[in-house]
Amino acid sequence: MTLYILCFTVFLVGIYGILTQRNMIKIIIGLSFMEFSVFLFLALIGYIEGGAAPILSKNFESGNFVDPLPQAMVLIAIVIALAANSMLLTMAVKLYRKYGTFDIRKINQLKG
Amino acid sequence: MSTLVTLFVILPLAAAFLIPVIGRVINGFQRTITALIFIFLSILSVYILINVNPNIYTYKIGGWEPVNGIPIAIYFVLDGLSTFMLVVINLIAAFAALYSIPYIKRFTAENNYYALLCIMVGGMNGVVLSGDLFNLYVFLEIAVIASYALVAFGVEKKELEASFKYQILGGIASILILFGIGMLYWNTKSLNIADVSGILKNTENNKAYLVFTQALLITGFGLKAALFPFHAWLPDAHSSAPSPVSTMLSGVLIKVVGIYRITRLFFNMFEISVEISTIIIVLGVISMVFGVFLAVGQWDIKRLLAYHSISQMGYVIIGLGMGMLILANNGSKSVAALSIFGGLFHLINHAVFKGLLFMNAGAIEFKTGTRNLKEMGGLSESMPLTYSTSLGASLAISGIPPFNGFFSKLIIILAAIKAEFYLLAFLAVLVSIITLASFMKLQKFAFFNKAKLSPGREINEVPFFMCFSMVALAILCLGLSLLIFPGVREIIIDPAVDVLMNTGGYSPDIME
Repeated sequence: MTLYILCFTVFLVGIYGILTQRNMIKIIIGLSFMEFSVFLFLALIGYIEGGAAPILSKNFESGNFVDPLPQAMVLIAIVIALAANSMLLTMAVKLYRKYGTFDIRKINQLKG
Repeated sequence: MSTLVTLFVILPLAAAFLIPVIGRVINGFQRTITALIFIFLSILSVYILINVNPNIYTYKIGGWEPVNGIPIAIYFVLDGLSTFMLVVINLIAAFAALYSIPYIKRFTAENNYYALLCIMVGGMNGVVLSGDLFNLYVFLEIAVIASYALVAFGVEKKELEASFKYQILGGIASILILFGIGMLYWNTKSLNIADVSGILKNTENNKAYLVFTQALLITGFGLKAALFPFHAWLPDAHSSAPSPVSTMLSGVLIKVVGIYRITRLFFNMFEISVEISTIIIVLGVISMVFGVFLAVGQWDIKRLLAYHSISQMGYVIIGLGMGMLILANNGSKSVAALSIFGGLFHLINHAVFKGLLFMNAGAIEFKTGTRNLKEMGGLSESMPLTYSTSLGASLAISGIPPFNGFFSKLIIILAAIKAEFYLLAFLAVLVSIITLASFMKLQKFAFFNKAKLSPGREINEVPFFMCFSMVALAILCLGLSLLIFPGVREIIIDPAVDVLMNTGGYSPDIME
């Protein structure tokens, strides 16, 4: 249970970062915090106390295995998050070149 | 038949990988292949709609058959509702691709544009077809990451800012959706939507757990659909994108990744409940009313249209939500069916006329170089086709007969009166009137006032392919009114309505 609570705390830290920070890079870091807390959560729900790695080998014995599906999900989700994050960082760099600042309060051409 | 379904995902994705390679060598490959693929897919989807509805087809990726009734493979599910959505996506995509041919020539990196457009459409087709929760998330990310890049395609200050905002909010939405999927997997140990639905029905569930999961999913998909409290990214993103992309975003993307998924999950996966349907209706009403009030004050033509998207999405959500509420209360089935029919009818209508309006805005920007209504004027003489199609679309969105918007709004309002939601009916009429006022303003300032642009500048009609897409969509605006007649309605929309009416039947239909 403690692990789940810690995991959710990371999630909340991420939300706090997105809501309060003014620096674009720090906002992106906040988003990554949220992403990784969800990945941790996914890895946790497949975990079984004392479970072995779910590898099918020749001397296979039925036993206590952890659930492999969430691990596969986490791998795919990490790749997707990598794409999304690299995209975000590219935008941040491009914005820095146009405006000369990372401060989102100064990047405010769109209003209304 | 069911193997044909995979073409909807394979063809656009294959094209997206071929375009940057071959397009570099053969000039014109990228334009031709994109348009041809979307035209082919729209013909295929219409063929499926007319011939094989209302059967349900499942395609199991990799051919893994279920073991002991537990599905192993990832499922593609083709039923009435997904066929209907496929028609909407591929039809609008085909016209947007044709429209792009002259429009995108002024940008550099044409190959990248067409590749991203193909990825976006392939992702959306996947979102519609997927019967698996995690696969749905993957396709959703494919579609939205391509759309982030397309919004920033101009690479100027405003486009980058809009895209950054869109990405942060879209990223939060994706995380919430993944969290919700994780919660569902935790409890049910299954990712197949039909299987999850069966397990949720047959086992005792912790109430708090269900409420938390539903809140996560409704927030996530609500952010993607830009319902009112989550709408902040939409006007920026949709107005900054190149016009054919705005057509796709406003016409299709928010419906597919937002509304289609909300309806699919909350009608067919969770058991319908009064609380959830009330929340959906309230979100719909707020977006409908506030969206239109925010739109009235806009002078940027594409921003105005973007705010109207929020408002019109409210109508769709109300139609679907009312149907859900009536079903949850065990009310009259026929009223619920009428309400859902109104919602879906407005969905396809909105895709057509909002797509057309964004194309008109793009045509005006293409020739005059401005989006500010105050700087335009007198375009009705120099751009007659743009003017006439835009007038048709404006009348359709404001609900003037005989255009399609009138009939779908009429059905939603009728359903609201029959179900005795008088306040809802009144608000729907009021919003429709304000919409009319707003579009009168657009018509007056863009097309009728005296020309304000510098006199030396010659303004004439846009190139052939842009005209072709606009005229075709304008004809569709009139033609879709035919859906009101029982013979046509039974073929096209009724299978989709049946899927949603048969809330508990989804799971057994697919699992058998």
